[in-house]
Amino acid sequence: MSADHAADIDKHVRAYMMVFGALLALTVVTVAIFYLHLSAPAAIGLALVVATVKGSLVACYFMHLISERKLIYVVLILTVFFFISLLLLPVLTSITDHPGV
Amino acid sequence: MEIPYTVSARPDTGLTNGKLGIWLFLASEVMLFGALFASYIMLRVGGATWPKGAEILNVPLATANTIVLITSSVTMVMAWASLMRNNFSKYRLYMGLTILLGFVFLVIKYFEYSAKFHHGLAPSTNTFLAIYFTMTGLHGLHVIGGMAVNSYFWGPGAKLWRQNPTWFTNRVEHSGLFWHLVDLVWIFLFPTLYLL
Repeated sequence: MSADHAADIDKHVRAYMMVFGALLALTVVTVAIFYLHLSAPAAIGLALVVATVKGSLVACYFMHLISERKLIYVVLILTVFFFISLLLLPVLTSITDHPGV
Repeated sequence: MEIPYTVSARPDTGLTNGKLGIWLFLASEVMLFGALFASYIMLRVGGATWPKGAEILNVPLATANTIVLITSSVTMVMAWASLMRNNFSKYRLYMGLTILLGFVFLVIKYFEYSAKFHHGLAPSTNTFLAIYFTMTGLHGLHVIGGMAVNSYFWGPGAKLWRQNPTWFTNRVEHSGLFWHLVDLVWIFLFPTLYLL
Protein backbone atom coordinates (compact mmCIF):
# COMPACT_ATOMS: atom_id res chain seq x y z
CA MET A 1 0.00 0.00 0.00
CA SER A 2 1.40 3.38 -1.00
CA ALA A 3 1.92 6.21 1.50
CA ASP A 4 -0.50 8.38 -0.49
CA HIS A 5 -3.20 5.74 -0.22
CA ALA A 6 -2.70 5.35 3.54
CA ALA A 7 -2.87 9.13 4.03
CA ASP A 8 -6.09 9.16 2.01
CA ILE A 9 -7.70 6.59 4.32
CA ASP A 10 -6.52 8.56 7.38
CA LYS A 11 -8.31 11.59 5.95
CA HIS A 12 -11.47 9.52 5.45
CA VAL A 13 -11.34 8.21 9.00
CA ARG A 14 -11.01 11.76 10.41
CA ALA A 15 -14.09 12.75 8.36
CA TYR A 16 -16.01 9.72 9.73
CA MET A 17 -15.27 10.78 13.30
CA MET A 18 -16.43 14.35 12.63
CA VAL A 19 -19.63 13.05 11.01
CA PHE A 20 -20.16 10.76 14.04
CA GLY A 21 -19.93 13.78 16.37
CA ALA A 22 -22.31 15.79 14.16
CA LEU A 23 -24.85 12.93 14.05
CA LEU A 24 -24.83 12.58 17.84
CA ALA A 25 -25.22 16.37 18.29
CA LEU A 26 -28.09 16.46 15.77
CA THR A 27 -29.83 13.58 17.59
CA VAL A 28 -29.76 15.74 20.74
CA VAL A 29 -31.19 18.62 18.64
CA THR A 30 -34.00 16.37 17.32
CA VAL A 31 -35.04 15.40 20.85
CA ALA A 32 -34.59 18.99 22.13
CA ILE A 33 -36.97 20.31 19.41
CA PHE A 34 -39.58 17.86 20.69
CA TYR A 35 -39.27 19.08 24.29
CA LEU A 36 -39.64 22.74 23.18
CA HIS A 37 -43.34 21.97 22.46
CA LEU A 38 -43.46 24.11 19.31
CA SER A 39 -46.58 24.38 17.14
CA ALA A 40 -47.13 21.30 14.95
CA PRO A 41 -46.06 22.85 11.58
CA ALA A 42 -42.88 24.33 13.12
CA ALA A 43 -41.98 21.09 14.94
CA ILE A 44 -42.61 18.94 11.83
CA GLY A 45 -40.65 21.32 9.57
CA LEU A 46 -37.67 21.56 11.93
CA ALA A 47 -37.57 17.82 12.67
CA LEU A 48 -37.62 17.00 8.96
CA VAL A 49 -34.85 19.52 8.21
CA VAL A 50 -32.64 18.01 10.95
CA ALA A 51 -33.41 14.44 9.78
CA THR A 52 -32.57 15.43 6.19
CA VAL A 53 -29.23 16.92 7.28
CA LYS A 54 -28.44 13.73 9.27
CA GLY A 55 -29.47 11.51 6.36
CA SER A 56 -27.35 13.54 3.94
CA LEU A 57 -24.30 13.21 6.21
CA VAL A 58 -24.72 9.42 6.30
CA ALA A 59 -25.24 9.22 2.51
CA CYS A 60 -22.41 11.61 1.56
CA TYR A 61 -19.70 10.34 3.93
CA PHE A 62 -20.49 6.81 5.16
CA MET A 63 -21.93 5.79 1.78
CA HIS A 64 -19.22 7.72 -0.11
CA LEU A 65 -21.73 9.59 -2.27
CA ILE A 66 -19.55 12.69 -2.09
CA SER A 67 -17.17 11.08 -4.59
CA GLU A 68 -19.15 8.53 -6.56
CA ARG A 69 -19.49 7.69 -10.27
CA LYS A 70 -21.97 9.53 -12.48
CA LEU A 71 -24.16 6.49 -13.14
CA ILE A 72 -24.98 6.16 -9.45
CA TYR A 73 -26.04 9.83 -9.29
CA VAL A 74 -28.31 9.23 -12.31
CA VAL A 75 -29.94 6.24 -10.58
CA LEU A 76 -30.39 8.23 -7.36
CA ILE A 77 -31.81 11.35 -9.03
CA LEU A 78 -34.50 9.15 -10.62
CA THR A 79 -35.14 7.49 -7.25
CA VAL A 80 -35.47 10.83 -5.45
CA PHE A 81 -37.90 12.09 -8.12
CA PHE A 82 -40.18 9.06 -7.75
CA PHE A 83 -39.82 9.02 -3.95
CA ILE A 84 -40.99 12.64 -3.69
CA SER A 85 -43.82 11.98 -6.18
CA LEU A 86 -44.92 9.09 -3.97
CA LEU A 87 -44.96 11.29 -0.85
CA LEU A 88 -46.94 13.98 -2.69
CA LEU A 89 -49.63 11.51 -3.81
CA PRO A 90 -51.63 11.63 -0.53
CA VAL A 91 -51.45 15.44 -0.55
CA LEU A 92 -52.79 15.58 -4.11
CA THR A 93 -55.57 13.16 -3.15
CA SER A 94 -56.65 15.39 -0.26
CA ILE A 95 -56.83 18.39 -2.62
CA THR A 96 -59.19 16.64 -5.04
CA ASP A 97 -61.33 15.46 -2.10
CA HIS A 98 -62.34 19.06 -1.38
CA PRO A 99 -62.54 20.81 -4.74
CA GLY A 100 -64.30 23.83 -3.24
CA VAL A 101 -61.63 24.62 -0.65
CA MET B 1 -18.51 -19.57 -13.44
CA GLU B 2 -16.43 -16.54 -12.69
CA ILE B 3 -18.31 -13.33 -11.87
CA PRO B 4 -17.01 -10.49 -14.08
CA TYR B 5 -15.92 -7.03 -12.85
CA THR B 6 -15.71 -7.78 -9.12
CA VAL B 7 -12.36 -6.03 -8.70
CA SER B 8 -11.89 -3.77 -11.72
CA ALA B 9 -14.52 -1.35 -12.99
CA ARG B 10 -16.61 -2.24 -16.02
CA PRO B 11 -15.52 0.22 -18.76
CA ASP B 12 -19.00 1.41 -19.77
CA THR B 13 -20.38 1.98 -16.24
CA GLY B 14 -17.12 2.94 -14.55
CA LEU B 15 -18.22 0.72 -11.62
CA THR B 16 -17.74 -2.81 -10.42
CA ASN B 17 -20.87 -4.90 -11.03
CA GLY B 18 -21.37 -5.35 -7.29
CA LYS B 19 -21.35 -1.59 -6.64
CA LEU B 20 -23.96 -0.88 -9.33
CA GLY B 21 -26.02 -3.87 -8.21
CA ILE B 22 -26.18 -2.83 -4.56
CA TRP B 23 -27.11 0.77 -5.48
CA LEU B 24 -29.96 -0.44 -7.73
CA PHE B 25 -31.14 -2.62 -4.85
CA LEU B 26 -30.93 0.34 -2.43
CA ALA B 27 -32.96 2.44 -4.89
CA SER B 28 -35.70 -0.22 -4.78
CA GLU B 29 -35.49 -0.19 -0.98
CA VAL B 30 -36.01 3.59 -0.95
CA MET B 31 -39.20 3.07 -2.98
CA LEU B 32 -40.36 0.28 -0.62
CA PHE B 33 -40.01 2.49 2.46
CA GLY B 34 -41.29 5.44 0.39
CA ALA B 35 -44.58 3.59 -0.12
CA LEU B 36 -44.87 3.13 3.64
CA PHE B 37 -44.03 6.78 4.38
CA ALA B 38 -46.68 7.80 1.81
CA SER B 39 -49.16 5.47 3.56
CA TYR B 40 -48.28 7.11 6.88
CA ILE B 41 -48.99 10.58 5.45
CA MET B 42 -52.27 9.38 3.93
CA LEU B 43 -53.42 7.81 7.21
CA ARG B 44 -52.42 10.87 9.22
CA VAL B 45 -53.92 13.46 6.85
CA GLY B 46 -57.07 11.37 6.37
CA GLY B 47 -57.62 10.45 10.03
CA ALA B 48 -60.15 12.40 12.14
CA THR B 49 -57.63 12.38 15.02
CA TRP B 50 -53.98 11.38 15.30
CA PRO B 51 -52.30 10.51 18.60
CA LYS B 52 -49.02 12.00 19.76
CA GLY B 53 -46.40 9.30 19.28
CA ALA B 54 -44.58 10.23 22.48
CA GLU B 55 -47.72 9.58 24.59
CA ILE B 56 -47.86 5.97 23.38
CA LEU B 57 -44.24 5.14 22.52
CA ASN B 58 -41.04 5.20 24.57
CA VAL B 59 -38.92 8.19 23.45
CA PRO B 60 -35.84 7.50 25.69
CA LEU B 61 -35.56 3.91 24.38
CA ALA B 62 -35.91 5.08 20.76
CA THR B 63 -33.29 7.80 21.35
CA ALA B 64 -30.95 5.14 22.75
CA ASN B 65 -31.61 3.01 19.66
CA THR B 66 -30.84 5.98 17.39
CA ILE B 67 -27.45 6.35 19.07
CA VAL B 68 -26.86 2.57 18.82
CA LEU B 69 -27.53 2.54 15.06
CA ILE B 70 -25.44 5.66 14.37
CA THR B 71 -22.55 4.11 16.31
CA SER B 72 -22.95 0.87 14.35
CA SER B 73 -22.70 2.83 11.09
CA VAL B 74 -19.36 4.25 12.29
CA THR B 75 -18.02 0.80 13.27
CA MET B 76 -19.19 -0.53 9.87
CA VAL B 77 -17.30 2.12 7.93
CA MET B 78 -14.28 1.58 10.20
CA ALA B 79 -14.39 -2.15 9.36
CA TRP B 80 -14.07 -1.23 5.68
CA ALA B 81 -11.34 1.35 6.41
CA SER B 82 -9.40 -1.32 8.36
CA LEU B 83 -9.40 -3.59 5.29
CA MET B 84 -8.21 -0.64 3.18
CA ARG B 85 -5.37 -0.30 5.71
CA ASN B 86 -4.60 -4.02 5.37
CA ASN B 87 -5.43 -4.60 9.03
CA PHE B 88 -7.56 -7.74 9.15
CA SER B 89 -7.70 -8.12 12.94
CA LYS B 90 -9.05 -4.56 13.32
CA TYR B 91 -11.60 -5.40 10.61
CA ARG B 92 -12.77 -8.41 12.65
CA LEU B 93 -13.08 -6.21 15.74
CA TYR B 94 -15.11 -3.45 14.04
CA MET B 95 -17.31 -5.89 12.11
CA GLY B 96 -17.95 -7.82 15.35
CA LEU B 97 -18.94 -4.56 17.07
CA THR B 98 -21.30 -3.71 14.19
CA ILE B 99 -23.06 -7.07 14.55
CA LEU B 100 -23.20 -6.67 18.33
CA LEU B 101 -24.73 -3.18 18.05
CA GLY B 102 -27.35 -4.57 15.62
CA PHE B 103 -28.18 -7.13 18.30
CA VAL B 104 -28.44 -4.41 20.98
CA PHE B 105 -30.86 -2.50 18.71
CA LEU B 106 -33.06 -5.61 18.39
CA VAL B 107 -33.02 -6.28 22.15
CA ILE B 108 -34.15 -2.69 22.87
CA LYS B 109 -36.83 -3.04 20.17
CA TYR B 110 -37.96 -6.30 21.79
CA PHE B 111 -38.47 -4.53 25.13
CA GLU B 112 -40.44 -1.78 23.37
CA TYR B 113 -42.67 -4.25 21.52
CA SER B 114 -43.30 -6.47 24.54
CA ALA B 115 -44.27 -3.42 26.67
CA LYS B 116 -46.82 -2.46 24.02
CA PHE B 117 -48.31 -5.97 23.83
CA HIS B 118 -48.33 -6.17 27.65
CA HIS B 119 -50.52 -3.03 27.71
CA GLY B 120 -52.84 -4.50 25.10
CA LEU B 121 -51.52 -2.27 22.31
CA ALA B 122 -51.36 -4.22 19.05
CA PRO B 123 -51.31 -3.39 15.33
CA SER B 124 -55.09 -3.89 15.29
CA THR B 125 -55.66 -1.31 18.07
CA ASN B 126 -55.66 1.74 15.78
CA THR B 127 -54.17 2.99 12.50
CA PHE B 128 -51.28 4.74 14.29
CA LEU B 129 -50.13 1.47 15.90
CA ALA B 130 -50.77 -0.40 12.63
CA ILE B 131 -48.38 1.84 10.69
CA TYR B 132 -45.93 1.96 13.65
CA PHE B 133 -45.65 -1.83 13.81
CA THR B 134 -45.51 -2.17 10.02
CA MET B 135 -42.73 0.38 9.53
CA THR B 136 -40.61 -0.54 12.55
CA GLY B 137 -41.24 -4.27 11.90
CA LEU B 138 -40.02 -4.03 8.31
CA HIS B 139 -37.06 -1.96 9.50
CA GLY B 140 -36.29 -4.60 12.15
CA LEU B 141 -36.29 -7.29 9.45
CA HIS B 142 -33.73 -5.21 7.57
CA VAL B 143 -31.56 -5.05 10.69
CA ILE B 144 -31.73 -8.87 10.91
CA GLY B 145 -30.89 -9.20 7.19
CA GLY B 146 -27.92 -6.83 7.51
CA MET B 147 -26.67 -8.72 10.57
CA ALA B 148 -26.90 -12.04 8.67
CA VAL B 149 -24.78 -10.72 5.78
CA ASN B 150 -22.30 -9.01 8.14
CA SER B 151 -22.00 -12.23 10.19
CA TYR B 152 -21.19 -14.13 7.01
CA PHE B 153 -18.41 -11.66 6.17
CA TRP B 154 -17.17 -11.78 9.78
CA GLY B 155 -17.04 -15.59 9.73
CA PRO B 156 -16.93 -18.01 6.76
CA GLY B 157 -17.02 -15.32 4.04
CA ALA B 158 -13.77 -13.79 5.40
CA LYS B 159 -11.79 -16.63 3.78
CA LEU B 160 -11.93 -14.56 0.60
CA TRP B 161 -9.57 -12.03 2.23
CA ARG B 162 -6.61 -14.40 1.76
CA GLN B 163 -7.48 -15.28 -1.86
CA ASN B 164 -8.62 -11.91 -3.18
CA PRO B 165 -8.37 -9.03 -0.68
CA THR B 166 -9.67 -6.34 -3.09
CA TRP B 167 -12.80 -8.32 -3.89
CA PHE B 168 -13.40 -9.00 -0.19
CA THR B 169 -12.95 -5.29 0.62
CA ASN B 170 -15.49 -4.40 -2.10
CA ARG B 171 -17.98 -6.92 -0.74
CA VAL B 172 -17.65 -5.49 2.76
CA GLU B 173 -18.17 -1.98 1.33
CA HIS B 174 -21.39 -3.13 -0.39
CA SER B 175 -22.63 -4.80 2.77
CA GLY B 176 -21.86 -1.51 4.55
CA LEU B 177 -23.91 0.48 2.02
CA PHE B 178 -26.94 -1.64 2.94
CA TRP B 179 -26.25 -1.20 6.66
CA HIS B 180 -26.00 2.59 6.28
CA LEU B 181 -29.36 2.63 4.46
CA VAL B 182 -30.88 0.79 7.42
CA ASP B 183 -29.44 3.55 9.67
CA LEU B 184 -30.71 6.25 7.30
CA VAL B 185 -34.27 4.86 7.32
CA TRP B 186 -34.25 4.86 11.15
CA ILE B 187 -33.07 8.51 11.18
CA PHE B 188 -36.39 9.37 9.48
CA LEU B 189 -38.55 6.81 11.30
CA PHE B 190 -37.53 8.07 14.75
CA PRO B 191 -38.89 11.67 14.50
CA THR B 192 -41.82 10.65 12.26
CA LEU B 193 -43.25 8.01 14.60
CA TYR B 194 -42.02 9.02 18.05
CA LEU B 195 -41.77 12.80 18.10
CA LEU B 196 -44.24 14.38 15.66
